[in-house]
Amino acid sequence: MSEIILQIDGKEVKAKEGMTLLEVARSAGISIPTLCYHEKLEPFGACRLCIVEVESRGSTRLVVSCVYPAEKNIIVKTRSEKVDRIRKMILELQLAHAPDAFDLQELAKEYGADRGRFEKEPSFCIHCGLCVRYCAEVKKKNAVGFVDRGIRKEINFIPEIASKECWNCKECFPLCPTEALQAAYVLVQALAFPSQPASEE
Amino acid sequence: MPRINSTDELKKLRQKILSLRDPNKPCISICAGAGCIASGAGEVIVAFNAEIEKQGLKTDVDTKGTGCPGFCERGPIVVIYPEEICYLQVTPEDVPEIVSQTIKEKKVIDRLLYVDQSTGEKAIHESDIPFYKNQERNIIGSNIKIDPKSIEDYLAIGGYAALAKALSGMTAEQVLGEVKKANLRGRGGGGFPAGSKWEGSRNAPEKIKYVIVNADEGDPGAFMDRALLEGNPHSVLEGLIIGAYAIGSHEGYVYVRQEYPLAVENVNIAIKQAEEYGLLGKNILGSGFDFTVKVHQGAGAFVCGESTALMTALEGRAGEPRPKYVRSNVVGLWGRPSVLNNVETWANVPLIINKGADWFTQFGTESSKGTKIFSLVGKITNTGLVEVPMGITLRDIIYKIGGGIPGGKRFKAVQTGGPSGGCIPEELLDLPVGFDELTKAGSMMGSGGMIVMDEDTCMVDVARYFLDFLTDESCGKCVPCREGMRQMLKILTNITQGKGKEGDIELLEELSETAREAALCALGKSSPNPFLSTLKYFRDEYEAHIKEKRCPALSCKELIAYHIDPEKCQACMSCFRKCPSEAIVGGKNLIHIIDQEKCTKCGTCFEVCPPRFRAVTKISGEPVPPPIPEEARTIVRESKQK
Repeated sequence: MSEIILQIDGKEVKAKEGMTLLEVARSAGISIPTLCYHEKLEPFGACRLCIVEVESRGSTRLVVSCVYPAEKNIIVKTRSEKVDRIRKMILELQLAHAPDAFDLQELAKEYGADRGRFEKEPSFCIHCGLCVRYCAEVKKKNAVGFVDRGIRKEINFIPEIASKECWNCKECFPLCPTEALQAAYVLVQALAFPSQPASEE
Repeated sequence: MPRINSTDELKKLRQKILSLRDPNKPCISICAGAGCIASGAGEVIVAFNAEIEKQGLKTDVDTKGTGCPGFCERGPIVVIYPEEICYLQVTPEDVPEIVSQTIKEKKVIDRLLYVDQSTGEKAIHESDIPFYKNQERNIIGSNIKIDPKSIEDYLAIGGYAALAKALSGMTAEQVLGEVKKANLRGRGGGGFPAGSKWEGSRNAPEKIKYVIVNADEGDPGAFMDRALLEGNPHSVLEGLIIGAYAIGSHEGYVYVRQEYPLAVENVNIAIKQAEEYGLLGKNILGSGFDFTVKVHQGAGAFVCGESTALMTALEGRAGEPRPKYVRSNVVGLWGRPSVLNNVETWANVPLIINKGADWFTQFGTESSKGTKIFSLVGKITNTGLVEVPMGITLRDIIYKIGGGIPGGKRFKAVQTGGPSGGCIPEELLDLPVGFDELTKAGSMMGSGGMIVMDEDTCMVDVARYFLDFLTDESCGKCVPCREGMRQMLKILTNITQGKGKEGDIELLEELSETAREAALCALGKSSPNPFLSTLKYFRDEYEAHIKEKRCPALSCKELIAYHIDPEKCQACMSCFRKCPSEAIVGGKNLIHIIDQEKCTKCGTCFEVCPPRFRAVTKISGEPVPPPIPEEARTIVRESKQK
C-alpha cells in the first residue's frame, strides 16, 4: 500500500491508499462530526454532517468525508463558514424529529443550531441506519430494516426474525443516537408477539 | 426463420424482404403508440381489418399498427401508403369511408386532413403539416413506418445495417472513435459525453463489463423514451449491441419502468426476434462477438433513473443511490464497469455508425450535436413529441411546431428538464436549445420534457408541485434531500395557501444551498431547482403571495375568490344550475350572487359563464365587494317590455 500525503486543517497528514478522509482525519486526531458513521460498518453517507471542503488542482468543492477517498496533495478544511452553515442546517432539520437527543444537542451547541427552527415532528428516528446496518453487516441477521421511502421512510423490526434473534442480542440499542430504536422495538414487541414475554427465554 | 450468419446473409435477407413487398401496394399505418391507443387507435385498427375483409380487399391492402409519430394531440393518426396521405383523429366510424374512398377510389377525404388554422390550407401529407415540417426527425421519423413487433419491418428500413457495418468493417476502437467524434452527449439528463463514458469502461481493467439501457423515464409529462421503446425497440437494441462491441461487453440490461407495459412487451419481443435471427447471442453475424440482453422491470421509483440507484436496483436491492465517489462506468453494476445510457442516446448510435460522425455533427450547436426529442405538453396547441436539431430556439419549438398557446392566452414560462429542471420565462424564448445553454439559464436539458405554461399558471404553485413530486420520490436516505425537501414543501405549500411569512424566501434559499451542496445524489442536489429558477424569474409572484396574500395568476385557491359582476350578470342561470355546492343565490331575472361561505372555489361558475357576459371574475389580494341589496337584483329586460 502506497502512502499518500495530504493536508488537513493546515496540518500535513499521512494516509494509506483506500482510506477515507474521515479515517485519515481521525487517525491524525482531527475531529469531524458524524451521526451515521460507525467504524465497524460500511460508510453510509446519509447524514452528510461530515461534509468538508476539499481543494484540489485549484478548485474547491464540498465532499462528505466518510466516503471520499484520500488523495495526494489535496487540501482539506474540516471547518469553514459554508461547512458550518450546512452542518447547522442539517442539525436543525434533524432536531425537528429528535429535539432532546443528547448527541444532537451537543452538536447543536457547537454549531449554534436552533432546535426550534423547524416545526417539531417527533419521530425520534433520524435515519442514520446504524441499527439496520449493524444488524445486517455485523450480526448478519437483518432483523431490523427500513421500510418505505422519502419522508415516509422508517425503521421496523421484522417480527419473524426479531422474535427469534432480538431477545438475546439488543446490541443495536446503545448505537442509536436518539433512543428511537428502543421505542420502535417496544412497539413491535407489543404488536407482534404479545404472548411472548421477555422473561420467557 | 434461420439465423443470419454473416453480413452478406443480412443483406440478402433484406433484399428478399423488400422483393416480397410491393411498394405500390396500399398500406394503412395506424399509430399504435400509447397516446393514440388511449384515444381509440385499437378500435380503429380492428375496424380497418374488419372493413377490408368486408370489402374483399384482404389480399390487396396491408394494415399496420405502428410506433408513435409524435402528433399525439390529433391522434389516432393514420397514414396511407404509398401516397402518404395523413388522416388525423380517425374514429372507427371514418373507417368504411377511408377504405371505399381513399383505398378503392384513390380519393382524399378532406375533413380528415390537417387544416392550418391561420391560412385555412389543408395538408395531405405528413410532411406538409407545420408540426412535422419544422422538425428534424432522424430518430422518431421511422416510427410510423414500422410495426414495432416486426423485426422484418425494421430490417426493411435498413435496420441492423449499422451493426453489420460495425462488426464486419470496424474495430471496436473505430466504433468508439466515431461516437466520440460525433460528440454524442447523454440524452437522459446530465449530458455527459457518451464516448468518454464508453472509453472509461473500455479501458477499465475488469474483464466483465455491462451495458445498460436506462428506460426508467419518470419525469412528469415526458414520454420520449416510451415512444422510442414502444415504437422502435430494435433501434435501441441495435445501438446497445454496437455500444457493447465498442466497450467489450457481452451482457446488457434494459431497465424499463413497469408502468410502460407496451414498452416492456415490445422490447421483449424485439430481443426474442433478434436472438432468433442471430443478432443477439453467440457469434453475432459470424463476427465472433457474443452479446445477450435481459429486461429488468423497475418497481416504481423515480430515483432509479439515477445511475447508481438504477444499478443497485438491478442488483436486486432497494433502489438507493450509492454514496461513493467512483464512476459507475468503472465500478458499476456488481462492482464492474458499466455503461448506462438513456434510450434515446442508444437510438442515436446506429445513425452515427451508418451515416458517420460528420453527418451527425452537422445538426446542432458547438457543444450540443445532433437532434433531441422533446415532449411538448401543457398549455400548448400541438401536444406531442417533437424531434428538433439542437440549437433551435424555444420560440420555434413552442410557436412554429407547437402552434403556440391555445385560447388566446399569453405565454408565461416553459419548464424544461423534468422536476429537477427549471422554468424559463418569456424574455428568454430566443434561447437556443442545448445542454449548456439551458443550464446557464438555470434550467437543464434533462431527458427532454417541456411543459408550457400560460398566464393562468402560478409559478409558486409550479415550484410547490415539483417539490411535492420530488419529496414523494426521494429515496429518503440523506438528510438534505429527505428533510430539506420536507421543509421546503411545507413552506411552499404555506405560501400558496396565504400562510407565507417574511423570511420564507431566505429560509428556502438556505435549504436550497444545503441540498445543492450536501445531498447525496443528483436528485437531491437538483431538488431546489424548481424553486430557485422560479424565484430567479418570478420573484414578484413570491412576494405578492407572501406580502399581499395575492396570487397574481389567480390560481391559488386559498388566495382567490370568485365574484359575479352585478353589472354584467344577465341572470342566465348557467352558473346557478352548475354550481356543485349550491353557493349561488339568484333566480330567473335575479342577478346572481356567490355565497362566499359556501363557495369551494372549484371554478365551475367561471367556466360556464357565457363568454358574451363574462360576469364571473376572480379576485385576489383584495376584499370581495359586498353583494348588492336584494331589491336591486331584479333585471328588467327592455326587449320583453315592448
